[in-house]
Amino acid sequence: MDYCVEVFWKADLPDGRASDLLAQIAQLGLDGITGIRVCSLFFLRGDLSVSEVEELAQALLADPVVEGYRIRPAGASGEDDPALVVEVGYHPGVTDAVAENLLRRARLLGLQALEAAATGSRYTFEGRVGPDELHTVARQLLANEVIQHYTLGHLRPAFVPYARPSDEVATIPLRNASDAELARLSVERVLFLSLPEMQAIRMYFVRLGRDPTDVELETLAQTWSEHCQHKTFKTTIRYRSRGGVPRVLPADLPPAPPEERIDGLLRSYIRAATERLARPWVRSAFVDNAGIIAFDEKWEVSFKVETHNHPSALEPFGGANTGIGGVIRDIIGVSARPIAATDVLCFGPPDLPASEVPAGTLHPRRIARGVIAGIEDYGNKMGIPTVSGAILYDPGYTANPLVYCGCLGIAPAGRHRRSPRPGDLCVALGGRTGRDGLHGATFSSAELTHETGQTVGSVVQIGDPITEKALLEAVLRARDEGLYSAITDCGAGGFASAAGEMGREVGVEVELGDVPLKYPGLRPWEIWLSEAQERMVLAVPPEHLARLAEICRAFDVEWTVIGRFTGDRRLRVRYRGALVADLDMDFLHDGWPRRTMEAEWIAPTFPEPDVVTGDLTPLLLAMLSHPDVASKEDVIRRYDHEVQGATVIKPLVGSAADGPSDGVVLRPLEVEGWQGLALGVGICPHYGRIDPYAMAWAAIDEALRNVTAVGADPERVALLDNFCWGNPSLPDRLGALVRAVQGCHDAALAYGAPFISGKDSLNNEYVDPEGQKRSIPPTLLISSLGIVPDIRDAVTMDLKAPGNFIYLLGETYPELGGSLYARLQGALGNRVPLPRPGSLTTMRTLHRAIRARLVRACHDLSEGGLGVAAAEMALAGRLGMELDLLPLLVRRDLPATIALFSESSGRFLVEVAPEAAARFEAEMAGCPCYRLGKTAAHGRLRISGREGEALVDVAVSDLVRAWHGGA
Amino acid sequence: MRPPVLILHATGTNRDRETAWAVEQAGGTPTILHVNELRERPARLHEFAMFILPGGFSYGDALGAGRLLASDLRWLFQEELARFIEAGRPVLGICNGFQALVKSGWLPGPPEDGIQATLTRNASNRFECRWVWLQPNPESPCVFTRGLEEPITCPVAHGEGRFVPRDEATLARLQARGQIALTYIAPSGGPAVYPWNPNGSVADVAGICNARGNVLGLMPHPEDHVLLWQRPDWTRGARGGLGLALFVQGIRYAADL
Repeated sequence: MDYCVEVFWKADLPDGRASDLLAQIAQLGLDGITGIRVCSLFFLRGDLSVSEVEELAQALLADPVVEGYRIRPAGASGEDDPALVVEVGYHPGVTDAVAENLLRRARLLGLQALEAAATGSRYTFEGRVGPDELHTVARQLLANEVIQHYTLGHLRPAFVPYARPSDEVATIPLRNASDAELARLSVERVLFLSLPEMQAIRMYFVRLGRDPTDVELETLAQTWSEHCQHKTFKTTIRYRSRGGVPRVLPADLPPAPPEERIDGLLRSYIRAATERLARPWVRSAFVDNAGIIAFDEKWEVSFKVETHNHPSALEPFGGANTGIGGVIRDIIGVSARPIAATDVLCFGPPDLPASEVPAGTLHPRRIARGVIAGIEDYGNKMGIPTVSGAILYDPGYTANPLVYCGCLGIAPAGRHRRSPRPGDLCVALGGRTGRDGLHGATFSSAELTHETGQTVGSVVQIGDPITEKALLEAVLRARDEGLYSAITDCGAGGFASAAGEMGREVGVEVELGDVPLKYPGLRPWEIWLSEAQERMVLAVPPEHLARLAEICRAFDVEWTVIGRFTGDRRLRVRYRGALVADLDMDFLHDGWPRRTMEAEWIAPTFPEPDVVTGDLTPLLLAMLSHPDVASKEDVIRRYDHEVQGATVIKPLVGSAADGPSDGVVLRPLEVEGWQGLALGVGICPHYGRIDPYAMAWAAIDEALRNVTAVGADPERVALLDNFCWGNPSLPDRLGALVRAVQGCHDAALAYGAPFISGKDSLNNEYVDPEGQKRSIPPTLLISSLGIVPDIRDAVTMDLKAPGNFIYLLGETYPELGGSLYARLQGALGNRVPLPRPGSLTTMRTLHRAIRARLVRACHDLSEGGLGVAAAEMALAGRLGMELDLLPLLVRRDLPATIALFSESSGRFLVEVAPEAAARFEAEMAGCPCYRLGKTAAHGRLRISGREGEALVDVAVSDLVRAWHGGA
Repeated sequence: MRPPVLILHATGTNRDRETAWAVEQAGGTPTILHVNELRERPARLHEFAMFILPGGFSYGDALGAGRLLASDLRWLFQEELARFIEAGRPVLGICNGFQALVKSGWLPGPPEDGIQATLTRNASNRFECRWVWLQPNPESPCVFTRGLEEPITCPVAHGEGRFVPRDEATLARLQARGQIALTYIAPSGGPAVYPWNPNGSVADVAGICNARGNVLGLMPHPEDHVLLWQRPDWTRGARGGLGLALFVQGIRYAADL
């Protein structure tokens, strides 16, 4: 018998779910709908009596104070008029953590007869509403058909149907396949392998004298995928360039020729910079799942940033959710406790008219809503403070949003183990394996089309943070007791990637028949490739297994021995004893054919923006209310940024706790003393359109400014690079990538800041129904991790008191190219902010002044330049400011508009008390430093030009209003 | 003597470590035990002078915040917890722990009187993380707020913290008995409107105790304001209002028992 328990809101108070939905429906323009009631649905299957269901509803389902419940046979009509009802449920097999918990708890309470449970929602509408409106609301707001289904009227419960266990292993007749057949096979099986790669596999099996199994072919496809192998960053590139910003190289390096052969971007540039810098505090760079630096003698800090773009485009909640879950597992995979999460998001314009949303694409507003909810769900439930990030909007991200998820971890020094030994058991910990995410690794090499959502729906998953939380606690206990000799997470490629990677040096044999499944019926290759979330693989010496099992039991973590490490450097996979894959590790990891790729970069030319004159107040207000600049408070407050008690400088600062902090400062609970960590973000894709080389410099400068401004030592900053790019097989895309990578190399050397980890996400292109390829703006994210010598010296950006002096540090040049000013003028411009290797000196000097406690407030200048930075400091402190640009205009001979809105690198605004001014100025001797004015009690921001004329004169309360999105 | 304090960790609990740290700073000796560990021998509870249910998302808050942890309290630890509370020992539920104490009937208590209140979805329908101000009630029998006059400031971080009593009579009874130990106030000291009442709680209720005063539950996180550098406005020279005070009072009471 199947039951449906409806849980409805009965309190006199309004139901927030309903009012939120009504507001969203109003945004769709459906004003006939005047009211909604929301009901939670619980479908129960089993030989249960009505009184047993009643008992369950009372004990677990309905809150007796504010909710009521009704019980009906599933499929029967409820009380509401079915013509006004939409019901939504998950597809069978999609993670439904509530249903799983319900099932477990019912059994604990003695209700063994409950066989299966599923959840859903019902929405009952009021007003003038017909089937068309209901379909629109259901598709646009209530259900994402990638993971859910809906009906008008009453839903049939979607339990996972029983399937027989499958041992089906296909042999693929590859040896005799023609090239055309190879190409077709690659497409049909969603392998995304190129013809030369398919040919290499054919040759390998011809040599072996047999055909591959599906398990073997799938294993090769995922191991060789761009996602796992980063082929573009390893391969040889023939590169030509013309024009653009000249490279700035250390004196002892030869100048770069206009045509060159690059032997791997990663090796030649990113790693080369780190190796040349040879910073003693770098513990692990580009080796482990995350980069690791020393914190002090006792502790190490790890940092990793990943992207989850394609899944987030199709199912924003699940995509972002599992993106966070994945990067957290990277940190667990270096045996560390996660202590902070970061998120940088790029979306299409929130006000995009529905008619301009490309076919098969979700509206940017919906993507943003889902992504933010997905981050909130995972980060908050894991108890990891989400502290740092950015949100950018551009039409270029409409069909292909970017979701960068980062995680910071801390671990006792030297505790991470990374070498499995022959004889170690291969143990899987955590969640069960289902069909989730098949082909996720290879799918990331695909370009999205308007049909992607229909064809690869299985790649999208929903996370279960609580399973991962339990896993984390168990792993850390096992680490402290020294129970494993290696650990890695199951990410893209699932067990195939985890075991294949871990067993690379020693060899491994796995038995898939022992893997616990969410539901039966998976074929061996599906078990092997499944990207089900919340799983880790450990290499465990047999003598430690019993203790590991005990820990797992204590923390409610499922564990299974799935194989052992052998010592013969082969990958062997069995299913119930039968050998289904047998590959040698060298071919698996290194057998992919190297190719030479073509890259070309030619400096583009864009129209120059007009330089407006006169009253600049309206322009400044327009900048403050621009979505890229305006307050992100609504989003930031949905993330728990306080959990773990370490957040010393918060993402929002100032007298009303709404000012945008440059960076955040953490003092992890476990450390002694006052040393802390700072996190910053550098991202400026608009410069990249003009010159990716300059973009890389600017992003690195910004990431360093962010952490220096809050008190980090600029000489102890580690960097992460994340490239989101278009299709690298197109020479212009690859040429731009080369430029950006060269910028990373040169700037890292100039600033002495090594890269410790990085990741690339390529093929971020959308192919529209007309076959037109559209690339995202080439987007480089630089994340910075700095050491704050003493958190008690940390500084925030809000103005503190009237009568203090305001200084501008750093030089201002006529650099409006790619600036917010230029974008508002509708012309990108060409004079992009240039590399300023000298800005490290300014940062060092500023840092000394901060340590000497001479600085009351400090804010770095980024989008919107001096004007926006001054406005943000004033609004964050709810304090007035008077600036006179004369000293700057005279010295640099700049028009006032350019001085106010140029985005030149390496600049800060600093508030200094008059009694500290002499010492501050002495400290800054030799650095560009202009005293521009004072803070004031009059509550206005006034900025005057060369002749004393008012450029800006505005009440701080108006700045606050504009910043919070008001006109 | 440093009283031993038990901090219960259910799968999904996440503020147990900073709670342990706050206990240490307040003069107690914390021990974190998983529900499964305590379940093996529930009588271990009596080895402790104080019991804390910390914040987090026990069991993912599946079926409602704190609901399954409340089910644990009722089905696994009811007898031992009753003895512990009847002996007058202090129990503190923070955020998820508060939700569990309310949904198992221990707050406002006694459990025989059924479920008298709930903590439901915030009026804003979203999770919110922000700092709030709490006024201790001088008329309250609560052992954690005893002697505290100055307001406390600390963060809330929850999506389901809206306090709703079963009926008017329940609210009146709580008020009459001083069981509303902590209310949200504006920084000026006046009544709290959003965001100072961050969730739409009836009568600005932030925390309630049982009639005897030895069981306290509150939504905000006093364990996240132990050091002055945790306050959001410390760079502006602001000081005071430490959440640590609640732990100090509770542990002092436990030590004297």
